[in-house]
Amino acid sequence: MTTTAPTAADANRATRRATRNAQDPMIGGVAGGLARHLAVPVLWVRIFFVVSGVLGGLGIALYAGLWLVLPSDSRFDTGAPGLESASRAGMRPGRIRRLADAGPAVAVAALCFGLILLAEAVLGQGAVFWPLFIGVVGVALLWRQADEAQRERWLDTTGRIDPVRVVLGSGGWAAWARLAAGVGMVITALSLFAFRGGSLAMARDVTVAAALGVVGIGIVVGPWVYRLASDLTAERAERVRTQERADVAAHLHDSVLQTLALIQKNAYDGTTVARLARAQERDLRSWLYAGESTDDSTLASALRGAAAAIEDAHGVTVDVVTVGDCDFDESLRAVVSAAREAVTNAAKHAGTGRVDVYAEVTPTAVDVFVRDRGHGFDPADTPADRYGVRHSIIDRMDRHGGSAEVRSTPGEGTEVRLHLPRHPGAEAPRQEDSDD
Amino acid sequence: MTDAPTPVGPVTIVIVDDHGMFRRGVRAELESAGASEIDVRAEAADVDEAVAAIAEHHPDVVLLDVHLPGGGGVEVMRRLATSPTMSTSGVPPRFLALSVSDAAEDVIGTIRGGARGYVTKTITGPELVQAIQRVATGDAVFSPRLAGFVLDAFAGTIEVSAVDEDLDRLTEREREVMRLIARGYAYKEVAKELFISIKTVETHMSNVLRKLQLSSRHELTRWASDRRLL
Repeated sequence: MTTTAPTAADANRATRRATRNAQDPMIGGVAGGLARHLAVPVLWVRIFFVVSGVLGGLGIALYAGLWLVLPSDSRFDTGAPGLESASRAGMRPGRIRRLADAGPAVAVAALCFGLILLAEAVLGQGAVFWPLFIGVVGVALLWRQADEAQRERWLDTTGRIDPVRVVLGSGGWAAWARLAAGVGMVITALSLFAFRGGSLAMARDVTVAAALGVVGIGIVVGPWVYRLASDLTAERAERVRTQERADVAAHLHDSVLQTLALIQKNAYDGTTVARLARAQERDLRSWLYAGESTDDSTLASALRGAAAAIEDAHGVTVDVVTVGDCDFDESLRAVVSAAREAVTNAAKHAGTGRVDVYAEVTPTAVDVFVRDRGHGFDPADTPADRYGVRHSIIDRMDRHGGSAEVRSTPGEGTEVRLHLPRHPGAEAPRQEDSDD
Repeated sequence: MTDAPTPVGPVTIVIVDDHGMFRRGVRAELESAGASEIDVRAEAADVDEAVAAIAEHHPDVVLLDVHLPGGGGVEVMRRLATSPTMSTSGVPPRFLALSVSDAAEDVIGTIRGGARGYVTKTITGPELVQAIQRVATGDAVFSPRLAGFVLDAFAGTIEVSAVDEDLDRLTEREREVMRLIARGYAYKEVAKELFISIKTVETHMSNVLRKLQLSSRHELTRWASDRRLL
């Protein structure tokens, strides 16, 4: 999900960084993030952790270590500003947690319980085990809390740093409980160690306890310090991004105001108003709902760009719906040009002011349909000197190995169908390589 | 599928949208385009108001905005599902999403939340009246853009990842119907093109809607989030 590569410069220096999966973590999201990074099924990673955890505890240590150093992916998860703002204001549906989601957690809990029983059977009743176990759980709780607070800091929009919030987030009683339980458990573990052995082992135990205390504090505070440092870098990047966004917002503000001013001046001219509003709508939409670009980078955006140009030139509404997409290259130029011609014809002659364009990209072919509900005409009646359709659409598609068909019924409208086979072995549709 | 009896008299509706100006616009448009067919009972501006208004007025159809204070249109449907109210004609109210958002995850998310159709706010008055009537009789309403999203959703990630439930796939015929809707065909034109009856077209569309609402939650969610980042 991190491969957005919005600009060429970004793509050049983009190194693939492993992150924890913060969307639906089972414990800390380490396995999920790792699976995504290594492109292997998450189940394998989980099995690896569990197996190596049971065999000597390596897996647990590894998991804890990765949890410590891997950043959460939520910070990279930026959407279109309009949608983000709607999310922040609670105007969009959030993720609903269902009972089924608790299933894995229950399974993990059962597994842990089993491990405890096993360890007890092997090591004997509670020898070193219980203090150690309580201590580990305590530290885990504290980490979890640090995680929660960190996540919330990223969602926090005020930008101020409040020392209490840094530690607790806005978690309320749950955060306090986690913190208290964590600290309590670490202390319990230490005292268990210190007072367990009676007089003889007392001295050594106290030394061990003190050492453990130091190590414990290091482990507890370590993540916070580490993350504070990495947060600073990330916050700097975030600030740059925010400024950039503010610039774009200012620009759009101007463009919207300009358009409104123009609309006021042209209020008597319905066509102009409609055209201005439509152009402005397109502009805003491409910004708010990203992914509606109109450049020449993909087939869909090239088609949208052509449609936008015709909308502006002829004052009609062109609705473009695309299914699938692929990178734009020279071999596809014919189909875009033919589609552009067909839309122009519809805009000029149909007389309805509305054209539907539908494009479907499959691995084997590109199909484009241009439809209007205008006057229509009888294709057989077209005078021989009318070259627009024949040269620009039908012959052009033929030359490039495709085909075109014009269906029109007087009074019902016209539909132009363009079909262009794609070169076998060309790259797969973009959609499929989008996740890693 | 619950086949509702065709309601007698005008279809009663509640308009849910947080923009007062837009509500007034829709109301005016509906009153001029379908004065005798549509009866606007109430308006609501957020989730709580919407739930209250629906419980009080028992509309046949709820025109539902996607972005709403209090959790969005999906939240309205979720709450009404937990405490069901019946419309005056004895069936649960139907939801028609009416939004300016074209974001795939909003569109798909709302349909998956239980809406029976999705139209954008640039729709004309008469078209909106028609869509409301269709939804009132239990049919699904797909705009060309929604049909495109549906095709994308089922053609892209889902088929490749070999989801093993049959339910998650569209039949060739359903795909064909969706394709024609995406191309801007009206129902009766779809029927004519495929040599089937309008009733059959409606059945296909209801099936697509059902599959969309039932199909693997995870895959679709993932598709939506991938799509946003494309």
